[in-house]
Amino acid sequence: MLLINCPYCGEREQEEFSCGGEAHIERPKNPPELSDDQWADYLFLRQNIKGLQFERWNHSFGCRQWFNVARNTATDEILAVYNMGEKPPKLESNDPITPCGEPKIGSGNFSTSKK
Amino acid sequence: MIKKPKKYSVFSLVRNALSYHENWQPAWRNPEIKKNYDAIIVGGGGHGLTTAYYLAKNHGIKNIAVVEKGWIGGGNTGRNTTIIRSNYLWDQSAALYEHALKLWEGMSQELNYNVMFSQRGVMNVAHNLHDVRELKRRWNANRLNDIDCEWLNTEQVKKFCPVINTSPNIRYPVLGATLQRRAGTARHDAVAWGYARGADAMGVDIIQNCEVTGINVSNGNVTGIETTKGTINSKKIGVVSAGHTSVIAKMAGIKLPLESRPLQALVSEPVKPIIDTVVMSNTIHAYVSQSDKGELVIGAGTDGYNSYTQRGGFNIVEDTIMAIVELFPIFSRMKMLRHWGGIVDICPDASPIISKTHINGLYFNCGWGTGGFKATPGSGWVFAHTIANDQPHALNAPFSINRFSSGELVDEHGAAAVAH
Repeated sequence: MLLINCPYCGEREQEEFSCGGEAHIERPKNPPELSDDQWADYLFLRQNIKGLQFERWNHSFGCRQWFNVARNTATDEILAVYNMGEKPPKLESNDPITPCGEPKIGSGNFSTSKK
Repeated sequence: MIKKPKKYSVFSLVRNALSYHENWQPAWRNPEIKKNYDAIIVGGGGHGLTTAYYLAKNHGIKNIAVVEKGWIGGGNTGRNTTIIRSNYLWDQSAALYEHALKLWEGMSQELNYNVMFSQRGVMNVAHNLHDVRELKRRWNANRLNDIDCEWLNTEQVKKFCPVINTSPNIRYPVLGATLQRRAGTARHDAVAWGYARGADAMGVDIIQNCEVTGINVSNGNVTGIETTKGTINSKKIGVVSAGHTSVIAKMAGIKLPLESRPLQALVSEPVKPIIDTVVMSNTIHAYVSQSDKGELVIGAGTDGYNSYTQRGGFNIVEDTIMAIVELFPIFSRMKMLRHWGGIVDICPDASPIISKTHINGLYFNCGWGTGGFKATPGSGWVFAHTIANDQPHALNAPFSINRFSSGELVDEHGAAAVAH
């Protein structure tokens, strides 16, 4: 279970929060002009990154505020918490060496080394 | 060349017993990688191996490589709760899963490999008025699609599965259930091993410990893959890599409507036979069956966030166990032995994607989310057809990637929600 540092309430257990998915997806400014493919991209297509991901969280059983979290999806480390509307911070993360491989930390699985 | 494996039979068992079981041969080869293949399957789980098997068997394409990052069946194929059923709501899904269920029924014979398919029935329990209406709707839809399904009232549920708590005084009382008697369970490892052996016997190269690191595309045609063991060329590549599909797709510049999440399961200490069916409940999110070894096999839910860590939050396990203990108070003193997670790729409409892409020769079979095991043979069957003919089989035409642009979604959240 994750421990999330709500910018308004401090560190709380993940059970109090709900994840709102990938952050920084902008609602199209000109909806009537969008093609079906562009709508599909906005509504359904996701980066689903293995490694550093920026995502939205809501403290739904607490202050009910939204905020952004930078988390490594390969290790579940939370690297930063920042406010809605802010640009994502520049961060170093323990990304896996190979695209589908295992990270150096936080995994009990086998590791794949670089050729 | 390829030596046909010896057929397993009672005689081979006796013969090998007499030689102290020291002369069993490997079930598949450990081949040298060739430079060129007619088709490459990325992912050596159940769906990938069945794809290779049916490409060789139904379409005569035998020069195939199955490339697997880890070992055969070590991913979600060996991590699921082995439940097989076809009681889906919509015609498109019902047809696909029913096709798979029919293949399950003849699988052990066809493969000469005992996959321990046991049609012990799957019961979906209703706990409130909404459940009753939804499940009755699904029961009627199944009957219209020629899929066996029955409605049981509370007394019939108790008779069919005596350990279930049917007291009207629990928080979510049992108001009835649907029962698909042809549904059941199978041994998941055996499915991977059986298809690996069958495919290998037809000349398919199964390459383990080989991770794909890139997809080569030139002028809109796929030309091969980069792997940790070098470049392999092929004009047809089928990606069947479950939780890691988005990562592989990114190598070809494709974005998919998938989110990868941990899905957990756990098994108890082994006990004497106590539950001879599979019980599922969407409302309280619990499902349980008993393995041949006597362990209770319990499936939990997915975590509410994307992750590739193959472990989930403890709160999810706690919620599931609470539900199980309410429904089966007899299990309250059982000890849990093992617990694990697998990474499942979830589509927005809880239906799979079995599709061509805008890159010629690149195909995706993904998005099975929390319930892909039951479809293993059917998925391979239609995906092999899609790869061999460069067009979908009638059964997987509705599961094209284009449905997210056209809006023709196959919304199976009701039938897929819990029942993995």
